[in-house]
Formats: sequence, structure tokens, C-alpha cells
Amino acid sequence: MKNVLVLAPLAVFAAIAGAFAVGLTRDPSAIPSALIDRPLPEFDLPPIQGFQQGLASADLKGEVSLLNVFGSWCVSCHIEHPVLMQLAASGAVPIRGLNWKDKPGDGAAWLARLGNPYDRIGDDPEGRVIFDLGVTGAPETFVIDKEGRVRYKHTGPITPEVWEKTLRPLIEELRKA
Amino acid sequence: MRRLFAILLGLFLATSVLAVEPEEMLADAALEARAEALDRELRCVVCQSQSIAESNADLAREMRIVVRERLTAGDSDKEVLAYLVARYGDYVLLRPPMQANTLILWLFPAVTLIVSAAGAFIYLRRAPTPAPQPLTAEEAGALEALLAREIDKPELK
Repeated sequence: MKNVLVLAPLAVFAAIAGAFAVGLTRDPSAIPSALIDRPLPEFDLPPIQGFQQGLASADLKGEVSLLNVFGSWCVSCHIEHPVLMQLAASGAVPIRGLNWKDKPGDGAAWLARLGNPYDRIGDDPEGRVIFDLGVTGAPETFVIDKEGRVRYKHTGPITPEVWEKTLRPLIEELRKA
Repeated sequence: MRRLFAILLGLFLATSVLAVEPEEMLADAALEARAEALDRELRCVVCQSQSIAESNADLAREMRIVVRERLTAGDSDKEVLAYLVARYGDYVLLRPPMQANTLILWLFPAVTLIVSAAGAFIYLRRAPTPAPQPLTAEEAGALEALLAREIDKPELK
């Protein structure tokens, strides 16, 4: 009994050190979304300059899709863009864009230069919808299920690894549901 | 030396200056005071360890504007906080609310204090130093003999 008690402080230390070690492996900038498993907030955004279709929350129902927040000013979006282009070309999943805080024409010019992976784009120059979505930065990508609910949020660029390991399995699962 | 001290003091004070810009402020002083109190409760979600009162990040600025819009629209302080929590989650509050998933956070320090105090109390009570027993006749005799031998022995030089 006494021997066990002598080891107690060591056990407490080990437990705390373990908790901290796990904490260190996590990305502190990835904030859990408050919207997970909740329907998207209602919105109806106009198209960006030179495009016909805008984006409304109703457009994100009926099939599993990605809602991607981007801006021509966003460096990481530049890194992410080729991955989105590949996904769009392979028809893996429909991607809807939210153009955040771009000056009129900047978003369209960016897409004209790099290609357009989005089938619909909403323009949010003041970031009102962005705010309702709890977005903290670009790029950020939401996985939306058939009922228009948010099922996952990815903060930062989608890399081929993120797609293979996280997004694709999730999307396949959601399609079965 | 005095100048160095003044510079250090200035640097120290600089950290507590509010980031709110004059054009963001509300004309109504009472409402602005409430807004600034709320700013200090809200985390800047991109800078994380700063409140939106301290941060000059774009998003913090937008959050300050939203706080002021909600207040102007007639929201109570609680409603403003709820509005932001609905969007950014509990994470946006610098003071985590007391609820099921934060109980351990709130209770752990108190529980640790009570448990260790109780442990210390029990430990100190449980092991009192035994009261000295008088020597038995046999032990007293042995002691006498020892002492006598020590005294008889000539001192070594």
C-alpha cells in the first residue's frame, strides 16, 4: 500500500505530461466549428463580376459538396488551387466557392488566370456570410451533406494528403447515407 | 537610467492600449462602454491569445463592429455573446462557461487542493511520534554499566 502511494506523484506527473504531449501534436489554429452537424445558415449571395450564377444556401442541398472559402489576396489559396482544379477535372465532388473580401473583378481575374474549379461562386466582399459561418481565415473548406448540413470543416489548404486521408473517405461515407 | 526606465514603462503600458479605432466607436458613450467590456470577453479567433479589444487583426476589427451593431440593434450583453458563440463556438469566449464539458477545467484546481489538503491532514494525523516509554529495569542497568565504563576509561591523548 505504501509503495503504491509513493508512486502516486509520478503517476500524476506522467498523466499531465501525456496530456501535454497530445496537446502539442494538435494544430492550435484549427478551431472546431460551431456548425458541425447543423444546417448551413441561410444566405443568398450575388455572383462575382462577370459571372451569371451566385450562391445561396439552398444551392448546397441535394448532393454532397464542398464549400470553399477563397480570395485572390490569399497566399495559401494559391497553393490549394491546383488541388481544387484536379478535383474539379476528375469530377470527384462539386465545389462551391465563396469569394471573400475581394475587390470587384479581382476574384474573376484570379480565376481567369488560374482556372475555375467552382460550379457556383458567391461574392462576399464584406464577409457577412463568412462571419455567419464562423470562418477564421482562408482557405477554409466545409463538407456539406445532402441535407445541406455542415459535416466537417478543414482549415488551411486542401493538400492531396488531406483529400485522400480525410475528405474523400468522409464524402464517400456521406454519399452512402 | 531614468530614460531607460521611461522607455520600459512605455513599452509595458503599450500592451494594454485598446485596438478599437475612433471610427469604430459608437457615439453613445454608455453603449460604447458596454461594447468595450464585451470586447475584452471575446477572443480574437485568428490571434487566439488576445481579446478583440487588444487585437488589430482584420477579423478582430470586424468582430468589434458586429458587437457594436448588435448592441445598437438593442441586444443585451448576453445576447451579443450568444450571437458570437453560435458562429465561433465556446472558443470565442475568453472565460469558458461552466457546463458539462468544462466541469473538469473549473473543478480540477479546487478538487486538487481539497484532495492534497486532506491527504496532508491524514498523513500528519496518522503518524504521531510515539510517546517515550520509561526504561525497563534491565535497560536502566545496562545504561548505568555503559556510562560507568565511559567515565572510567582514561582519556586518550
